[in-house]
Amino acid sequence: MRIGLVCPYTWEVPGGVQQHVRDLAEALLVLGHEVSVIAPVDDPADAPEPLQNYVVPAGRAVPVPYNGSVARLAFGFVSAGRVRRWLREGRFDVLHVHEPTAPSLSLLACWAADGPIVATFHTAIQRSRAMAAAYGILQTAMEKINARIAVSEAARKTLVEHLGGDAVLIPNGVTAHRYTEAEALPGWPGEGGALGFLGRLDEPRKGLPVLLEAFRLLAPGRPGLRLLVAGPGDLDEIRDTVPDELAQRVVLLGQVSERDKVRAYHSVDVFVAPNLGGESFGIVLAEAMAAGAPIVASDIEAFRRVLLGGRAGALFPVGDAEALAHAAAELLDDPVRRTALSREARIAVRRYDWTTVAHDVLQVYETVALDTAGVVEDFRSGVR
Amino acid sequence: MEASIELLSYVVSGLAIFVLLGLYVSWRATRLDRLHGRVEAARAALDAALVRRAAAALELAASGLLDPATSLLLAGAAHEARAAGEDRRELAESDLSRALRAAFGQPDFRARLADRDGGALVEELDAAATKVLLARRFYNDAVAATRTSRRRWLVRALRLAGHAAMPAFFEIDDVPPDNGPDADTA
Repeated sequence: MRIGLVCPYTWEVPGGVQQHVRDLAEALLVLGHEVSVIAPVDDPADAPEPLQNYVVPAGRAVPVPYNGSVARLAFGFVSAGRVRRWLREGRFDVLHVHEPTAPSLSLLACWAADGPIVATFHTAIQRSRAMAAAYGILQTAMEKINARIAVSEAARKTLVEHLGGDAVLIPNGVTAHRYTEAEALPGWPGEGGALGFLGRLDEPRKGLPVLLEAFRLLAPGRPGLRLLVAGPGDLDEIRDTVPDELAQRVVLLGQVSERDKVRAYHSVDVFVAPNLGGESFGIVLAEAMAAGAPIVASDIEAFRRVLLGGRAGALFPVGDAEALAHAAAELLDDPVRRTALSREARIAVRRYDWTTVAHDVLQVYETVALDTAGVVEDFRSGVR
Repeated sequence: MEASIELLSYVVSGLAIFVLLGLYVSWRATRLDRLHGRVEAARAALDAALVRRAAAALELAASGLLDPATSLLLAGAAHEARAAGEDRRELAESDLSRALRAAFGQPDFRARLADRDGGALVEELDAAATKVLLARRFYNDAVAATRTSRRRWLVRALRLAGHAAMPAFFEIDDVPPDNGPDADTA
């Protein structure tokens, strides 16, 4: 298929939507499809690495206040003209726009195109006054979308509440091969065993306090056991909650690079996901699974599903530090079970791999693009 | 006899001083009252100018002359400015100024709109933006004068301002389109 993807945010700036579009484009290319991505690009000449050859730059995005914060967006006659030309020259079978409610390229593409259009909604936003005010403007574009995809249950709910209608749920993929192989961080996991945690430290729902409590219970009986904690947040605040005699054994890495994150997954004997709830999917859990880390996770619905009811990782009752300590101890003492869980996790996570996700997305494409003449320019929509 | 005349002269001059002081205080109170009145009038004019600017931005957004992304941006900012509570008002109005500058900063924006019979809308918006700039200067000027006057010890000691709240400055980014620092970055 000839597929046109639209990314509304500056390509080189790290962000969830950009990463999603990149991973999807590359997975579709691997599957043998023709893919073109249009995105705002700051300055191709200045870029640290050359632009991927499937990317068509739509000019610079301008920082503007939108919805209470400053966003970098591409709007205006010039951007609209570039989108039109891209559509004309691309002769796509299907147009796939991302986050079409942002005043940027995706909205422009919806407006300028006629034919099969798929839209993916990424963010779960609070009630947006701007969206309510501009309902009429958005409505015209939204009506042209043939299929809507939400990446999370929260994003789907936002969509239903604010724009009406419904969407199919296709979660973000994990690029599993990025996590498969990595060298452990120097000195890890060590003789006495190591537990690991990754996530925001200051977000109570990620459950770090539960893990710290469990570690306090385990530490006296296992003098060599250490805890590796990675993720952004106030490190001093966490240190204050750790008893002095354990301070040496709780290692706080703070925010880590993408590369060190992968290494962290390979540096522990047991990876712990002590979340108290609120996770729609658990990208961290999926990454740990792709890395083959033996997992102990809270028994919340999303995790139970991803871990196949406990087959691909041990589960413990939500918020129960004693149960967590017990489950972690069992795994630490049983290398055979750890190997088995690791193997199961690597298999289970394939369901969430980008290749699988791309297949699901392709099914959506095929459903809407069947027996159509493809995407053409819409000459009825006002200004050119 | 002489003593009583002396006493009388003391009483008379005392009374005179008292009356003069009373007149002075009353004059100060009137002046302060007039300043408060000026602040109120200036605030009303400023509010009217802000409402007019938001209305002009919404009208332009809904005109169908712009691309939908620019429309959405302007409509969103104008709506936020109108709906913001006291605590977010200044932020929201500044955001509207920035959104307008970003929209008008597009190459040939005015020329393109003029081609499409949007000249009147642009003129209205320019006028409204200038009015905001002027009205805010006059308002802040009145506030400054009132605040200075209210800081005097006599006004404070005799509580001449009564229960009137100390007027606050209205601080926003109100640089109109095409004059702003980011006018040519698009």
